Order: sequence, then structure tokens, then C-alpha cells
Amino acid sequence: MRILYRSNGATEGVAGPSKLADGRPVNRITPLPSIVYERHLGVLCLPPGMGSTDESGSSRVAPSRGDGSTEGRPESTPASVTFTREGIRTGFVTTVPVALGVGGYGIAFGVLANQAGLSVAEAALMSATVLAGASQIVAVELWADPIPVAAVLFTVFAINMRYSLMGAALEPWFRQLSPKQIYGSLYFMADENWALTMRDLTAGSGRGAFLLGSGIAMWVFWVGSTVVGAVAGGVVGDPTRYGFDFILAAVFVALAAELWEGRSSLLPWLVALGVAVAAAELVPGRWYILLGGLAAAELVPGRWYILLGGLAAAVVEVIRYDG
Amino acid sequence: MTGEVFPADGMLSLEPVVVGVVLAMAVVTYLTKVGGMWLVRHVELSERLEAGLSVLPGAIVIAILAPELAAGGPAEWGSAGLVLLVMWRTDSILLALCAGVAGVVFLRALL
Repeated sequence: MRILYRSNGATEGVAGPSKLADGRPVNRITPLPSIVYERHLGVLCLPPGMGSTDESGSSRVAPSRGDGSTEGRPESTPASVTFTREGIRTGFVTTVPVALGVGGYGIAFGVLANQAGLSVAEAALMSATVLAGASQIVAVELWADPIPVAAVLFTVFAINMRYSLMGAALEPWFRQLSPKQIYGSLYFMADENWALTMRDLTAGSGRGAFLLGSGIAMWVFWVGSTVVGAVAGGVVGDPTRYGFDFILAAVFVALAAELWEGRSSLLPWLVALGVAVAAAELVPGRWYILLGGLAAAELVPGRWYILLGGLAAAVVEVIRYDG
Repeated sequence: MTGEVFPADGMLSLEPVVVGVVLAMAVVTYLTKVGGMWLVRHVELSERLEAGLSVLPGAIVIAILAPELAAGGPAEWGSAGLVLLVMWRTDSILLALCAGVAGVVFLRALL
């Protein structure tokens, strides 16, 4: 929903300057924020700290310093990331249509949980506290009497490891927020709303509370649809019939279109693509099932390949970094 | 935990063992969600590491998408192309999503 962005006519289209005001070159800081400042806001919207290339410590305390404010800062430009009620609201509203679709999966989860023998209250509790769809579905697939606790917990950990990488990717914007705001918002992070948040932040909105608002939307629909599915039992059919299974892919395709920055994206993206596809093929996606001695998790493969692909691209970038 | 269909009055039952496992799952998940952020915040990042961090968003998106699309077929590929097209023309994520989901339902029925 581009309309919601405070886009800035004054700086639109201005390419990032090659030098900061004091003459230090802006070297190699482009990859992440270039969408931000080339398309929208000028160098002012660099995630704080990335602009100062000399004192890495102090840049966190005073994020907007060293940003070359002589470039002219339009009044409406959010030069910093703030945590506001408006951010929560925008995040919520933007995410509702996506969360509605995610509800299709929530119903599927509710049905599976019901079949696994969980009560409606227990299924709802799981959705409300875990809030990570893929791992929940695999967990209830592993469910048995007695519960294979170690296998369930390890599986959940393995599937959700990718969230660590997603959280780390948010850090350049979140470093201005308080620990309470950061770690509170992260509780609500899931794939879809991470993608929408990333999209909002890279556009230079400065809405630090977007993740929280979008996460609340996800939470409401995820828990609600879990209850519906658990109560309705097997009445609801296969989610692929309604195309719900494509929503996540569609959100990410849309995000990829926005994150593409031309040639600087090419190498890291190719590395991520190659490693992820190879890992998804070669590393047996369901190896963790061996721990539980069950082979039921056909619905969701292991997601180590995401972690591997993302890490590989970051490592390559770290290696090829040339100051 | 009998594995049988729950009676209607069992809908709200909360078995302590189940609640315990669910909460443990929640803790494990929360740790994965905050772990990366915590690490990055508590490690002094060199410019070199910052550069690596900066490619993460795109790389994660591709790492999620590529295997998913590779496992799909012409219906998914066509719909992904449709999402790109609508994004490019309208810049509206909502329209793009609707087009993508409608496209995948239509193409799956067609192909």
C-alpha cells in the first residue's frame, strides 16, 4: 500500500551522494538502504549508524549524526525510526488482507490439532503463544501419547531458526528503539509480517512500530482461525483449493520486486538462490523426523535451507567487501 | 491425550502436560525470534559485517522463494509472474496478492 507511505517529492529520485558532508566517502554502505535513499529520502534515511564509518560505537547512541544534513532535510522526512501509535495502526491495517489469507492456514492448523487430540483451548493456546505456523503444523503432526517432547521441541527450534536471521535483518532500523519495544515486537514476528515490515522500512517510513501492528493483525487472525478450524474439525477442506498456500509466495515475490537494487543485488541473490535450492534438494528436509520416529510431516518441509541461503549470501558479501 | 475425538465438553480442557509442552514450544520459538537480533546488538559490528547484514533481507526473500517456486509448477510460476507484473504496474501489494491468489487458483484448475 504505497499510498500510506509518506513519500517525498523533494528528494525523490536523488541518487545517494558519493561523499558525506565532511568528505568521507560513502563506501559500500549502499546495499541495504539504497532503496531508501535513492528512491525516497536521500542519505538521511540510512539506517542509523550505517552512515558513520569511523566510530562504530558512538553511532548507535547518536544515530542521526554524521548523516550529512547539508543535503537539505525536508521537514516531513522521518530522519529516524520512531515507535508510534500511528505505526502500530498502519502496520495493522496493511497486514489485515494478508492475515485474512493466513487465516486459511490457521483453519488447517486447527483441524490438524483437533485430529491430533488437542482441545480447542490447547490449540488456541499454542497459536497464541508460539505464533509460528509451519512449526506448529509439524508439531501437531508429531503429537502422540505420550508427547515426544524432545522431538517436538527440537523440530520447532529447527524450523524456526530462520527467524533469527530475519530478526537480525531488522536490526539496522531497530537499533533506535528501546529493548522493550524491540523484544516485544519480535514476539509477533512471522514470515508474512516480517516481509511487510521490511517493505515498509526499506521505503523509509521510519515506522518502528510497524512490526508490532502487523504482528497483532497476524495474531488476531491466526488465533481466531485456529479456533474455527479446531471447532469445525474436518469440515474445511484442503487449503490449496483456495490458493491460500500461494499467499506467502506472493508476498515474497512482491517484496523481492521492491528489494531488487540492480547489480549490487545480483551476487548475493544468486548465492542465496543457489544455496537454498541446493540445500532444499540435498539436505533431506524431513531429517528431523528421525528423532521422533514418525514420518508424518509431509505438509511442511524443514526450513534449514532458508537459514543456509541467507547466511551464505551474507558470508559472501562479508568476504567480497572491499571497504 | 487419548487420541480419540474429544467430547464437546472437552473443548476447553487444558491438560497440564500439554500446556507445559506448548509453553516450552513458545519459549523455544521466542528464542529463535530474538536470538539473531540479540546477537547483532551485542556484537561490535565492523563495516564488513554491516555489509553482510545489509544483504540479508533480499537473500532471505530469495532463499524462501526459490525452493518454493522450484517445487511448484507452471501454475505457480505463472502466478509469480503475475504478482511481479501487477506490482510493477500498480505498486499495490493488495492488488498483487489478489491477482496472485486468483491466478494460482485459475491456473491450477486450467493446467
